[in-house]
Amino acid sequence: MSAPAENDRVTITPYRDGPYLVRGAFALVDQHGNEITLSRRTVALCRCGRSRIRPFCDGTHRAVGFRAEGGSEGDLELLRRAEEPLGE
Amino acid sequence: MSAVGATRRCARAIALPEPRGAWSERLFAALLEEPHAQLDLAGLPAVDDALGDDDLQLALYVAYELHYAAVEHVDERWEWSPELLRFRAELERRFDEALAALVGPAVREADTLDVGGALQRLVACDDGPPLSRYLETQGTLEQMLEHVIHRSAYQLKEADPHSWAVPRLAGEIKAALLEIQFDEYGGGRAERMHSTLFANTMRALGLDCAYGSYVGVLPGITLATVNLISRFGLHRHRRGALVGHLAVFEMTSCVPNRRYGNALRRLGFGPRATGFYDEHVEADAVHESVAAWDLADGLARAEPDLAADILFGAHALLALEARWAQHLLSCWRAGESSLRARVPMPLT
Repeated sequence: MSAPAENDRVTITPYRDGPYLVRGAFALVDQHGNEITLSRRTVALCRCGRSRIRPFCDGTHRAVGFRAEGGSEGDLELLRRAEEPLGE
Repeated sequence: MSAVGATRRCARAIALPEPRGAWSERLFAALLEEPHAQLDLAGLPAVDDALGDDDLQLALYVAYELHYAAVEHVDERWEWSPELLRFRAELERRFDEALAALVGPAVREADTLDVGGALQRLVACDDGPPLSRYLETQGTLEQMLEHVIHRSAYQLKEADPHSWAVPRLAGEIKAALLEIQFDEYGGGRAERMHSTLFANTMRALGLDCAYGSYVGVLPGITLATVNLISRFGLHRHRRGALVGHLAVFEMTSCVPNRRYGNALRRLGFGPRATGFYDEHVEADAVHESVAAWDLADGLARAEPDLAADILFGAHALLALEARWAQHLLSCWRAGESSLRARVPMPLT
């Protein structure tokens, strides 16, 4: 493989009703510092929490009817304003 | 033979199978001649059920195989012979008619405006015959081996039929297909190619993993499931259908492949046999998102005129797979082999 370049920027993309796909020059490391072996260049990480091979997706999200947007959910600015005390 | 040895045996060749009827007799006799030999269409019989016809599907399979592999004693230049293509077009016409009848009016205009969503709904509602569940819980060793033999027609050339679309797509759509295919081909490592993993499974099960070994015992409906992909892949104007096929192919892979792995574990096999299926559970969890959204939905947005064909390909896959699965289950429930001839069980 070629040397890391700008297009090796890591991207993490939530797919609608599905997993996070991670692309780029990333490493997957467990909480003890050990690298988790990657078998492929683009990896799907479980978003529904029900995969049997976590952190990787195994398609279980489809069986459990997992629903989530393929991007941001909600408007954080509105949520922040809603939490401000009245009169300020 | 070791896995390394198997990957080094790169040249693909099949023996010309025994013909099964008028269509394959006519074709195979011509193929043994020089490529400019005439391939007469006169007097060929009508076919009632093209999808399940052993003769028509074998003729079509061999006609397509000229693009994938050497056929013993057949001059390679037959691949693009106008006579061959004219004959093949007749086979394809009958195939197309049968597929159109199978899919019927399933593609709705509303779905063409939201292909990604339509594919999700299609897969969620799919209630085909419970083949993988049957094999997982109660399939016998012989039945599992038959399943592997059926699938070998595709899996020993896994991903190749979908690769035909690579030169026919552009930009991000092309990149999406390549993202999937790069993984299918082991990231460029022969020992990790999915076709190699399937050969490893066959070897672990005591089956002959040489390319094309079992074509002679495969019924028409099995060959049809592979011909479907070649039909779409080899014609640029069907690139939409090919993309739709691939999307649903990936989207209906994870759960069944986990079950096939479980079936082999229940039957006492270890990682050498289950490795193919285990890899697919993880790989296709990636591929299904890329195929459904980046590739299929992306192609529909880039070329809206293709949306209906994308969905046709998706529906055709599910309907044909359901018919194929039903064939296997019906035979097995009747205590019969699902192959054209029983294959002696290997000593493992």
